[in-house]
Amino acid sequence: MSQGGIVRFEDELTLTLCGEAGHGIQSVELLATALLKDSGRYVFSTKEFMSRIRGGSNSTTIRVASRPVDASLYRIDILIPFDRAALDHVRRRLSPETVIFADEDTLTGKEIPGNPVTIPMPFRKTAEELGNVLYTNMVASGFIAGLFSIDEKTLAARVRGMFTGERSSLADVNVEAARKGSESARRLVGAGGIAVEIPGDPAVHDYISINGAEAVGLGALAGGCDFVSSYPMSPSTAVLVFMAEKADQFGVIVEQAEDEISAANMVIGAWYAGARAMVTTSGGGFALMEETVGLAGMLESPLVVHLAQRPGPATGLPTRTEQGDLNLALYSGHGEFPRILLAPGTPLDAIELTQKAFSLADLYQIPVFVLTDQYFIDSSWTIPAPRFGENAPRLRIVETKGDYRRYRLTDEGISPRGVPGWGEGLVVVDSDEHDEEGHITENHGVRVDMVDKRLAKYAAVRQDAQAPELYGPEDYDTLIISWGSTGPIVREALRRIRRPGTSLLHFRQVYPLHPKTPEYLGKARRRVMVEGNATAQFERLLRAETGYGARDRILKYDGLQFTVDELVQKFEELDESEVGK
Amino acid sequence: MNSGRFDMGSIDVAWCPGCGNFAILNTLKAALEEIGITPTKLVMVSGIGQAAKIPHYMKCNVFNGLHGRALPAATAIKAVNPGLTVIAESGDGDMYGEGGNHFLHAIRRNPDITNIVHNNMVYGLTKGQASPTSRRGFVTPVQVRGVSEEPFNPLAVAIAQKATFVARGFAGDQERLKELLVRAVSHRGYALVDILQPCVSFNKLNTFAWFREHTVSLPSSHDPTDPVEAFRRAMEDDPLPLGVFYEETGRPIFEETLGLYERSDLPLFRRERNMAELQRLVDGKTGR
Repeated sequence: MSQGGIVRFEDELTLTLCGEAGHGIQSVELLATALLKDSGRYVFSTKEFMSRIRGGSNSTTIRVASRPVDASLYRIDILIPFDRAALDHVRRRLSPETVIFADEDTLTGKEIPGNPVTIPMPFRKTAEELGNVLYTNMVASGFIAGLFSIDEKTLAARVRGMFTGERSSLADVNVEAARKGSESARRLVGAGGIAVEIPGDPAVHDYISINGAEAVGLGALAGGCDFVSSYPMSPSTAVLVFMAEKADQFGVIVEQAEDEISAANMVIGAWYAGARAMVTTSGGGFALMEETVGLAGMLESPLVVHLAQRPGPATGLPTRTEQGDLNLALYSGHGEFPRILLAPGTPLDAIELTQKAFSLADLYQIPVFVLTDQYFIDSSWTIPAPRFGENAPRLRIVETKGDYRRYRLTDEGISPRGVPGWGEGLVVVDSDEHDEEGHITENHGVRVDMVDKRLAKYAAVRQDAQAPELYGPEDYDTLIISWGSTGPIVREALRRIRRPGTSLLHFRQVYPLHPKTPEYLGKARRRVMVEGNATAQFERLLRAETGYGARDRILKYDGLQFTVDELVQKFEELDESEVGK
Repeated sequence: MNSGRFDMGSIDVAWCPGCGNFAILNTLKAALEEIGITPTKLVMVSGIGQAAKIPHYMKCNVFNGLHGRALPAATAIKAVNPGLTVIAESGDGDMYGEGGNHFLHAIRRNPDITNIVHNNMVYGLTKGQASPTSRRGFVTPVQVRGVSEEPFNPLAVAIAQKATFVARGFAGDQERLKELLVRAVSHRGYALVDILQPCVSFNKLNTFAWFREHTVSLPSSHDPTDPVEAFRRAMEDDPLPLGVFYEETGRPIFEETLGLYERSDLPLFRRERNMAELQRLVDGKTGR
């Protein structure tokens, strides 16, 4: 090693792989994540990539620890760049504590910023010796396995598992590539060049690796989802793909519509006929569905929308992240009608909240949104296997009588929902204002009754809202506020700074707000909003709904998610700024 | 007014006196009675426009959705409960204009639904602007220099895309229209019935008399199984042929292709999620 001495990692390390699209970084991530989890390590991984099929520079960061980790770091402990461009792509994240393993030619020439430790490692060279540069990623995967002393049998089995069916002829050479990578790492560890002391935890055997898209998908399945119609759009497509994969096993209709408008209208039609239906989409696609959100409002149809946010407006940054579509979802559709906006921050949240989205939509006959983002969808966690219980969700529908009226006026605003073909009654729904039977009307009195009926649901919807989660002391002076995917990152940053009198209030439901929200906010002398957008959309919503805003705002809208170390620095800077009122 | 099972009794109807919609409504009700469909098993799906109000004037299940969006909703309703008879019915503006993309793709999917389009070559509800099927030169308050676009030819488009049943009727000939509707609703797969119909308030060009003069029945020698011949007939625009242009049987319908009804006929609302299977899926991802 270039600077001598031993590099030691205890309890956790952050490993980044970077290369062109097409270098197979995603395969390394999948393989390494599986192997590390097999060996009892907790793994959190996240990626950032360009909107292209080949070329550019993409990176995956894998955080490995001997205790649960759920948030991304900026710092890089070990970097494996597949080419020089990759090295330059992450140059700002390098420091003297970073160790770079790369082919000799990647490390020579231009000076590497940050003064990191560099150790030449023949990834590409080995691949070329084996006959194809494409094996480079497998050599690197083996190298990572070797660093963590994962035995070669386990490694070989996992690699072999990736090459089945038509690709099985490639298994042997890939196993050999991984073995050679592993050998290099073991040699380095054996020579005392590097020490990785991150013991595994036997409890992890009962854990699963899960990414955000799978979590949303599992939640949908647990919620009884049996109809998905969507139009592909990054980053929401992964949920559509997950549901398509599971369609036969669970009896789900999955249809790729001709456009988002069709997708959303199919979903409303599906609920009408007795399905539990969902669209999965992203900003621009959802913008096309807006009229249909209003249709759900008027028909009093249940609707579940998974909205994976990415930076807009228009096409924006297709493969990047942002919390910029809160207002879009909140105000989507013309006219006035109730809705619920949920925002998971962890995979368990996503499973629970997506499942709940179906029961809430069904119960209140309103649109329910699950707001995620690219960071959340594409990140992967190690979590305890969720328990779903034995009880399948039941659709809240009634067998209709001959005198059935779909919009019968009730005190709570909810009319029993029938479906066509079950019972003696007729189910009449209309996008025009309608009477209790569902037929078109222009009667002003009926209009007022129907608006009041629809809005009356808010009383129960509010009582049913998810309470915000408080982390830290109850007698806080400063309250940090977050929602959705940023939650775990803010939580860890706050733990690290140990700032006295400071707590975090994290929202898993952003609308309507839980009735206790004003109380939480009012207690703080200083409120700090952390949001992944440029205009503090949630802060404005809090201000409008409760009268309490946040004078301090930590906003990020460069297309990347916050990181723990970045927020630690921001929180430390808070003390230097004037204390808010 | 007849007094069949689909009759609503005395209700306020928003159509103009003399409108062709009345003839279509009565003919459709008679056709459905003849087939023996019961109101509780019928879903009428429509969009927006004067024609799109037709479900409100029938005793049946109704999904009166958004402008142009009847076909996606109808496709989903049929897929979720194939035991229902689903008819998507609206005007030319709704189906061929606002909903044009859905029209193309509904044909490709071939769901077992009937698509009835009231084609009066004008926008009635918004008071007389051009529709996609308005003839060249048609002057309106918006198209002040007359329509310059080639009229949309729904039959030729549908045949080009091999819709499995393509027909054109005329509201002024209820007897033959009823025959067409009986055949269309009985057809297994997507069925298009484009119905020529005058708008007595806003289309002074394409009147009852004009349609009588400019339509002709397809000859009895016409072979509806020949798509090329059907297309040739669909390209004729003066006189406009009436009848069944094209019919194909045996093509898989959308609902069948979903795989959901291979083992069970149950509609989705009678099914239950297999929670044990879901638990197994997750447990299989652990190291156990």
